Amino acid sequence: MSVLVYTENWDGKFKKLSFELVSYATGVAKMLNSTVTAVSVGKVEETELRKLGNYGANKIINVNNEQLVSLDSQAYAYVISEISRKENASVIIISNNNTGKAVAPRLSVRLKAGIGSGVSKLPLNLNPFTVYKRAYSGNAFAHVIIKSDVKIITLAQNSFGLIDTANNATIENINVSVDGSLLKTVVKDVQKQTGKIVLTDADIVVSGGRGMKSPDNWTPLVELASLLDAATACSRPVSDEGWRPHEEHTGQTGKIIAPNLYIAVGISGATQHLAGVSSSKYIVAINTDKDAPIFGSAQYGIVGDAMKVLPRLVDAVKAIKK
Amino acid sequence: MKILVCISNVPDTTTKIKFAEGNASIDTAGIQWVINPWDELSLTRALELKDDSASGIKSVTVVHVGPATSEPTIRKALAIGADNAIRVNAESSDAWFVAAQIAEVVKAEQFDIIMCGIESSDFNGSLVGGMISEFLGIPSVSAVSGINIENGQPVLTREIDGGKEIVEIPAPFVAIVQKGIAKEPRIAAMRGIMMARSKPVKLVEPFPVESLTEVAEFEKPSSRAACRYIDAENPAQLIDLLLNEAKVI
Ligand SMILES: Cc1cc2nc3c(=O)[nH]c(=O)nc-3n(C[C@H](O)[C@H](O)[C@H](O)COP(=O)(O)OP(=O)(O)OC[C@H]3O[C@@H](n4cnc5c(N)ncnc54)[C@H](O)[C@@H]3O)c2cc1C
Repeated sequence: MSVLVYTENWDGKFKKLSFELVSYATGVAKMLNSTVTAVSVGKVEETELRKLGNYGANKIINVNNEQLVSLDSQAYAYVISEISRKENASVIIISNNNTGKAVAPRLSVRLKAGIGSGVSKLPLNLNPFTVYKRAYSGNAFAHVIIKSDVKIITLAQNSFGLIDTANNATIENINVSVDGSLLKTVVKDVQKQTGKIVLTDADIVVSGGRGMKSPDNWTPLVELASLLDAATACSRPVSDEGWRPHEEHTGQTGKIIAPNLYIAVGISGATQHLAGVSSSKYIVAINTDKDAPIFGSAQYGIVGDAMKVLPRLVDAVKAIKK
Repeated sequence: MKILVCISNVPDTTTKIKFAEGNASIDTAGIQWVINPWDELSLTRALELKDDSASGIKSVTVVHVGPATSEPTIRKALAIGADNAIRVNAESSDAWFVAAQIAEVVKAEQFDIIMCGIESSDFNGSLVGGMISEFLGIPSVSAVSGINIENGQPVLTREIDGGKEIVEIPAPFVAIVQKGIAKEPRIAAMRGIMMARSKPVKLVEPFPVESLTEVAEFEKPSSRAACRYIDAENPAQLIDLLLNEAKVI
């Protein structure tokens, strides 16, 4: 029996997300008195693979297969299911990011394994196996019992953090050949934003709402973000109006994020907006309206005009950076 | 080509969620039920494709797994413009159960494109679309923010971390859609509401499958400490608190 964790890589590199998954898997393995096997698919150097050992992986299975350069959920689910059968995995852990959402449900059917998705804590109980997950878009949390023998957990990003557990993991290089009938997704073009911090990965996010008044007013917000190494985000009306790009839209119908710090500027705090940001560890609200609902979710607040407050914050951050 | 749009029936997104006695389910008293926001957008896109004669889409069917009480939501989908509907007459106990039902519907009726929302706003599972595709052994593309049909070939845009990809995929397939798939949800016009009354809703009895998960209990999110206000004239104090108290910068 083992705990299997799928660790995605980006151009051969792991991210905090991958290490968080291994840290979580290590926590689950401890509860089960079991070991952690990490599965990596694609071309990743050995020095990079070794890093998974720093968070508790005992064994790393490296699948380097030319057929799997881009994501085909059908093929990936096949490969991971074959490995988890071979490893006799009892729990499989995957991120709740776009890749995880594409692969995990297919894997579930292949292995007849029940899924707890968007889980944000270690299992609450082993018997019955109970996980803690987000429900009603953050307005509730559910204790979900997984009844099948094999269980799948998709972990909410930034919900667990990193835990160092040094292990000298063994690396096994394998090749799983995939039948052509499982490879139907043809990627014609890739468009990547470069040089920007990916919103879902960011530790700090500075976000603007309709209270920013015009697309021309974003300069101090962007400057504050760049000084804090933060990603920029926005509320839905802002992206609907085309003031900011769509990938910045956070909330129920946009991106769901859980940074350490979310600074909401000129955002009223509608339920649908909070649905995407309520798992942030700290929320700062800057708003002219002292009764804006966002203050009910914030730990720190400034009642004031964004156009006056933002430049002062920029100066204050510059001052501490000196 | 025929499109099937999967529809989930969820509490209106502004609902204050309360739990029923025992906390194992929600208190449904006074709840307004709506089409899950992503499903509404997915239906909108399916109808836009059908409106474009060059797409080759001939019909748009909606499917819902749920009891008779969700009929109004199905009628709403018909009023917006779906040609017909299928309701699998069962409580949707978990994603596995729902996906197994819809897979049976697809086997019986043969659709070319099956569209699902990336999640439902109640259980936030993000599971049904992927499960349907694996039950059927057909390809699926997730996080789809655009779908077009160019000379009979479906071309999809999918979101990846920090970017997007343009993807081609042969029908039949499942498209799991998210923001961007349509701009605004289509709204039912009076004529649509009248016509919806006479559109067929086919009732299907459930296929016997066991669910793999169950909710033991719900709880409320833990409440946050009260907001601490900082003088707008002195934002440096905020930076100091973030640095030394919260330790997040
Ligand atoms: C099905 C559905 C899904 C939705 N999904 C989302 C979603 O995913 N994300 C999302 O964000 N919304 C979503 N919404 C919309 C949501 O209901 C709100 O309309 C939206 O979040 C409001 O955005 P806002 O806070 O930027 O604007 P507003 O609500 O207009 O708030 C602007 C705020 O700025 C403040 N302000 C004004 N001037 C200043 C100033 N000079 N300085 C500082 N503050 C100022 C005002 O006091 C106000 O609080 C959804 C709605 C529906 C129905």
